[in-house]
Amino acid sequence: MRRSALSTRGLSKAFGALPVARDIELNLPEGARYALIGPNGAGKTTLINLMTGMLAPNAGQIFLGGDDITKLEPQQRVRLGLARTFQINTLFASLNPLEAVTLAVAERRGIADRFWQNIAVHKEAIEEAHDILVKLRLGDCCYQVTRELPYGRQRLLEIALALATKPKVLLLDEPAAGVPQEESGDIFEAVAGLSDDLTLLFIEHDMHVVFRFANHIIVLVGGAIFIEGSPAEIAADSGVREVYLGKRKHG
Amino acid sequence: MLPPVIGVLFDGFAYGMLLFMLSVGQSVTLGMMNFINLAHCAFAMVGGYVTVTLVNIYGWPFFATLPVAFLVTAVISVMFERTLYRRLYRATDLDQVLLTIGIAFIAVAVAAYVFGTQQQPLQLPANLRGSIPVLGLNLAIYRMILVGVGIAASLVLVGALEYTRFGAQVRAAVDNQRMASGLGINVDRTFSVTFALGSGLAGLGGALAIEIVGLDPQFAFTYLVYVLIVVSVGGLGSIAGSFAAAAVLGISDIAGKYYVPQVGAFLIYLVMITLLMWRPMGLFGRR
Amino acid sequence: MSITGATASPQQYLLSLSRWRPIEVAFWLATLLPFILFPNYLSLASQIAITALFALSLDLILGYAGIVSLGHAAFFGVGAYTAGIISRYGWGEPLSGLLAAAVLAGLVGYVTSFIIARFRHLALIMLTLGFGLLLAELANSAGWLTGGVDGLQGVKTWPLLRYFEFDLFGYVAYSYSLIALFIVFLFARRLINSPFGLALRGIRENAVRMRAIGAPSRSHIRTVYTIAAAIAGIAGALLAQTTETVSLETLGFQRSADVLVMLVLGGAGRLYGGLIGATVFMIARDQFSGIAPQYWYFWIGILLVMVVMILPNGILGGLSQIYARWKRK
Repeated sequence: MRRSALSTRGLSKAFGALPVARDIELNLPEGARYALIGPNGAGKTTLINLMTGMLAPNAGQIFLGGDDITKLEPQQRVRLGLARTFQINTLFASLNPLEAVTLAVAERRGIADRFWQNIAVHKEAIEEAHDILVKLRLGDCCYQVTRELPYGRQRLLEIALALATKPKVLLLDEPAAGVPQEESGDIFEAVAGLSDDLTLLFIEHDMHVVFRFANHIIVLVGGAIFIEGSPAEIAADSGVREVYLGKRKHG
Repeated sequence: MLPPVIGVLFDGFAYGMLLFMLSVGQSVTLGMMNFINLAHCAFAMVGGYVTVTLVNIYGWPFFATLPVAFLVTAVISVMFERTLYRRLYRATDLDQVLLTIGIAFIAVAVAAYVFGTQQQPLQLPANLRGSIPVLGLNLAIYRMILVGVGIAASLVLVGALEYTRFGAQVRAAVDNQRMASGLGINVDRTFSVTFALGSGLAGLGGALAIEIVGLDPQFAFTYLVYVLIVVSVGGLGSIAGSFAAAAVLGISDIAGKYYVPQVGAFLIYLVMITLLMWRPMGLFGRR
Repeated sequence: MSITGATASPQQYLLSLSRWRPIEVAFWLATLLPFILFPNYLSLASQIAITALFALSLDLILGYAGIVSLGHAAFFGVGAYTAGIISRYGWGEPLSGLLAAAVLAGLVGYVTSFIIARFRHLALIMLTLGFGLLLAELANSAGWLTGGVDGLQGVKTWPLLRYFEFDLFGYVAYSYSLIALFIVFLFARRLINSPFGLALRGIRENAVRMRAIGAPSRSHIRTVYTIAAAIAGIAGALLAQTTETVSLETLGFQRSADVLVMLVLGGAGRLYGGLIGATVFMIARDQFSGIAPQYWYFWIGILLVMVVMILPNGILGGLSQIYARWKRK
């Protein structure tokens, strides 16, 4: 039985009368490759926001490893090993990838407050940042300002920034969203190449990607977990098909 | 027999009503578009100068000038909104601050050039200048009119917000802009109209203010600070918040000047800072 | 300008970004020109250096960390009054006065930074405005200490390093201010090119992303705010010492607004923007000192509208755009 890397208990959130997360019980074992799927508006990104601390729950708890992180701020959770990428690029537009990832590495190493040293002094941090970029095939454009990079490269930078925090658990919010066909291959190779020690939860709409990478699928509908199981089980389930085709009404 | 403190409270409340009219437009548009308009009091100043011109040069009766002050200010504000402001709705705070301060500077210079830097004299008709004894206190008629106008304005605003379709659109846009436009509400147009109404109301406030605090080109900045205090303390997008904050500020200012004159504006700033720290979104803030 | 791609290591690349460019050297050499070309204007030159230092301090929080402050003059004023009051009570040694001003202004900055770091947008702007106005009111009321509306009397500055007496022509004053500016500038330059400088730019660019990489943004903001306050305090002290007067306007809203205009004019976030903006602004104000203040502000207003609508990165931004286009040809 693998240890739990990330789990939630009774996680709930409502905006006024609108519930967006209903009593969610989730458990990600170490090394998992979980996919979170569901129709639009099901609350997938909301769930990630709750788990990372960007949104405060109304009830429930979140555990990272064995520790209760429910009351911790987002940056504290990152330091404990929980990282995420954003569905819409959330990057440092006027920095180049090397600067951006070096910044992330520097923050992790706790040297980002050293205002009396030139950044070039920190050789290991810079090289670590560069290695991450090279591994994600961003090495050749790492000196180019982020806002000038092609969209697909920017999505890879999203992942690079998250990896720079040396996470134990990584939440990917639609990593290939909006990326043109020719470039999405890079992204999935990057995801495939991630270490087996890393626990992964990714939101995805493309079912080919889901079945290729996930060993377990969670289906979220209307803020609640509809069903979860292995890819084969989910593919066979008629309820899932109806949810996606809209035959059944659900609250 | 009412104690004199009631008189002070009344004066303060009347002043607060003035501040309310000057501020409410700013509060709603900030709440809707998050657009910081530091030229808001320059617009109010326009209303004041319109009234002064009509009364002193063209001999209009005071009350007749008020709707004109409202309209002229509303029209001028729309002109600025269409040409310049519209392009900065998604700009940074800094850009909005700089643009609108720049416009305020220009307005002050134009006012100084056309009207001179001195205080504008305004002769109110005799029947408005006196005071009426009420339960042992002499309450100024003009201040009673201010209170009346202020309460009437807030009732009309609240009524319009709650009971008209336009009001519902405004509330939707303040609550959640993206969702409102998703529902088919023309957020830009709603904003333009609200902006015009808010500025017009400020212009009306500027006209009414002449008798209480005078009018000179520096009005645009002197009262800007008060307006910003009312808005940030009362809460963005909240009429009730602006009303409460304006009333409290008006009373504190007048009472402070009356009872502890040596303290000065120090108290006002301290109260504002403390309130903002406790509730950064303002007392009734939505965002 | 910088080494790109293939041959340089990433470490060398980052180092190259902080190399001294020839135009920077030319700039600092040019600051010596007033001694030779404009010996009658050394007092003005000294004022420009002081104001440039003040603008530099605002650039650190505004141009780099993205904090819009309408009350930065508070720290300038604290520095000015600290140096002035120490001098009035008998100790007029300039360098220690400078140190005291930096420490006290930095302390005030440190204390207020705890509040400042927690807020954004309108609340932040209002808090900086409120603190500035509050401090100005305090200074006004505490006339026994500050001299109130009449200003601080009895400020006498001893000779610099016990040898250089402050002369009427301003040779010593300008040398003093210029050297102070240069030394602080070197420090600021190092800060900008440090990991901390990168973190500040991160905060300005995308505060959400900073949280997502585990950055303690509030702590960073407190640090830069304290440093900027101390530097502003040094500038204020320089003014008090070189002019031997301190008045309430050193704390006033006008000064806060003026320095903001200067920085935006020159181009925020480019280290030299405040220096350029201060120079242009002060020279123009000196040349047009005849016109009434509201007409001066008319042109400032026009300038601000133009900068926002047409030239968002100020003079330096415009110049670098022209340079980039010229390089592409």
